[in-house]
Amino acid sequence: MQETLDRLIREVLHEDPQVWAGSWVVYAAALLAVGFGLTVFGALVAGLTSWWERRIAARMQSRIGPNRVGPQGTLQFLADALKLIVKEDLVPPESDQMLFRIAPYFVMTGFALTFVVLPFGYHLSATRMNVGLFYLIAVTALVVVGIMLSGWASNSKWALFGGMRAAAQVVSYEIPGGMLALVPILMAGSLDLHEIIRAQGGFPWDWFVFQTPWGFIAFFLFFATQLAEGNRTPFDLPEAESELVAGYMTEYSGIRFGYYFLAEWGNLWVMSAVISTLFLGGWQVPFVSAETLAGWEAAGTVPVAFYGVSTAVFVTKVVVLMNVIIWVRWTLPRIRVDQMMSVCWKYLVPIGMGLVLLAALTEVLSFQLFGDAAKGPAPLGTPRGALHLAFFAVAGAVPTVLFFRKIFRNIRLTGDRIDLTNW
Amino acid sequence: MALDQIFITRKFGPNAEQEMILNMGPQHPSTHGVLNFIVHADGEVMEKAVPEVGYLHRSLEKIGEMVSYAGFMPYSDRVDYLAAMFANEGWALAVEKLLGLEVPPRGQYLRAISCELNRIASHLIALGSTAMDIGAVTPFPYALRERESINDLIEALCGARLTYNYHRIGGVAYDVPPDWTPLCRAWLDHFEKVLDEFDRLISTNEIFLKRLAGLAVIPAAMAIDYGLSGPNLRASGVDFDLRKAHPYGAYPDFQFKAPIGRAYAGLSRGGKVGDCYDRYYCRVLECRESATIVRQALDKLPDGDFINPKAPKKAKPPAGETQSRVESVRGEMAYYVVSDGSERAYRLRVRTGSFTAMGIIEEVSKGLMIADLVALIASLDVVAPEIDR
Repeated sequence: MQETLDRLIREVLHEDPQVWAGSWVVYAAALLAVGFGLTVFGALVAGLTSWWERRIAARMQSRIGPNRVGPQGTLQFLADALKLIVKEDLVPPESDQMLFRIAPYFVMTGFALTFVVLPFGYHLSATRMNVGLFYLIAVTALVVVGIMLSGWASNSKWALFGGMRAAAQVVSYEIPGGMLALVPILMAGSLDLHEIIRAQGGFPWDWFVFQTPWGFIAFFLFFATQLAEGNRTPFDLPEAESELVAGYMTEYSGIRFGYYFLAEWGNLWVMSAVISTLFLGGWQVPFVSAETLAGWEAAGTVPVAFYGVSTAVFVTKVVVLMNVIIWVRWTLPRIRVDQMMSVCWKYLVPIGMGLVLLAALTEVLSFQLFGDAAKGPAPLGTPRGALHLAFFAVAGAVPTVLFFRKIFRNIRLTGDRIDLTNW
Repeated sequence: MALDQIFITRKFGPNAEQEMILNMGPQHPSTHGVLNFIVHADGEVMEKAVPEVGYLHRSLEKIGEMVSYAGFMPYSDRVDYLAAMFANEGWALAVEKLLGLEVPPRGQYLRAISCELNRIASHLIALGSTAMDIGAVTPFPYALRERESINDLIEALCGARLTYNYHRIGGVAYDVPPDWTPLCRAWLDHFEKVLDEFDRLISTNEIFLKRLAGLAVIPAAMAIDYGLSGPNLRASGVDFDLRKAHPYGAYPDFQFKAPIGRAYAGLSRGGKVGDCYDRYYCRVLECRESATIVRQALDKLPDGDFINPKAPKKAKPPAGETQSRVESVRGEMAYYVVSDGSERAYRLRVRTGSFTAMGIIEEVSKGLMIADLVALIASLDVVAPEIDR
């Protein structure tokens, strides 16, 4: 970030900040501004997602959903937040007062810190850490501390159940999650999120999902582990409304309750961004090959539009994934505690281990076969590119077509029709 | 000692403090109204769940001894607000037996039509709320949307959407309005497709099947011992349906099946006859059967009076006692009435399916998890006012 700031100051003010006496003040101010901006972004995304999810859920359930505050109800989240802020912040008298009060901040911190490394587009992220993914996994673990604290501190049996479930679930699912993340890491050869994206390409067959069968399987399993870590259906056991009233947040009210929801909906963005970074090519723009980009960088002539286009591509992928997560939530029932544990330890962990092994073997084999051409996105003409395209056709295109055929058949059978006018 | 501690010690003995006592309800989201369970748990696994009934007791039976025979009809709606037609019918049948009054064929057919529509409506709530208790929210509005159509149909029939007060001593209150039958047929055509969609959405969902398969199995002998009835009994594999075993009203005229449990979840998933999924799926099948009954009744609907013209304005049956039984949505609903020859019943007693279903929960819930208790309650389809009356 310092370099970017230096370059900006040099280009705009034509001065060298390195020679300034109090340059750290400038850097600190810039850090604060970026931190504030990212937190606000996270909060806005969470708020808008809350509105969006409610509208989607309403459409799926033949309802209308919030459409009163602002155009199409987009400002509903502001009204909700205002209401939560104005409400009394009730702390149960028999709870552990201090832990009860600080627990939501753990959740908020764990959520906000992820934005430090999350990419938004080409060269757009707060920092470029060479251990970015590792940092991300470490920081998201903070959320479960907050959830467990809230469960314990509430001094309520329902909250305790929720907190213990959350602890068991999130800690368990981090293991297969980390393992499955190793598959794209092995394919990219880096933990830096931007490097992982640059090892992929703009077209679907250049993405890690469709490069090898292991990446393909790992994508779906990783998606499931992300759902589990974000406490989303079918893994929403910690707050299981029909079983545990509201789980770990049973006793919360006011804005502390709001923090949990902010983190939950904000986590949708984080989950989707991580998945799209690791498996779906991140901000890679179709028709801009790795050579073109490298050429622009060498000449120092990266077009400004490329920043915008890459951001748009990334945001599109994230929003599509978020919609899939919302769709899953409003379709599937919840699994039981013992089923949740057995899915993790009996299936995901061994499969994850096997996939890591197979991915590593494939990489070795690929280097033996193709030499240096085995690195990065492969042009279609090369044998590696042809392999990727063939696998994409089998695993990606055909199932998608079949899936949509099935959907339209089901809609026809019910005598229904697709109607988007009643929005 | 606090009052609840005294209560717990008396209920569970002095060691109760060593296990977690979880007070589930009456303000719990999935206790279907105001049920209360004292859950005796070791972590997530329950030792047992003891139902505490009585939170919705409104002395309906005593009220029945205070008001005239015709005057109790609107009160009988409140015995089971999700299936008020059956409570109406049971009461009407009992008083007709006392009076020795015949119901004209058209009245009987209209009773069957209204009851079967009501059965579908009530089952839809049961199916939707089972799915919701398992954690799938979307099937519930799907079910509720169809129930709204039934409510519209019944509203056109009798002017009410929940507490119908439609049946009368000697027949029904109103004839079908003009153009009602085609509307009803059109809705039935639509509904059978929607049931297929509902199956695709939730009944055949793998997570749903895995959650309910082999869960809380009630063997046939146990179901009979505990006096279960209705879909809960049939799901255990006992082929007993009052509409067939002791036909009443217009039911002998119709061809229909009473679906019984056959481990619908599949043996490979651990499904057993009488598990939660059987109880769930029997209700899905019963919806289809009810739809065919309504169709047949609409086809054969005879002309004539819908209420016996000789039906007295003020019923004053001779002294005696009688019992009427109807196959209600939640099992057998029986009215036992004693008349002393006056304008009011001397004694009234209602037997309902939910009450017996509650009795079996303590036995079946042993060793289940808390999440399963919710599924068990939902699969038994208990409704609070029917338990306590």
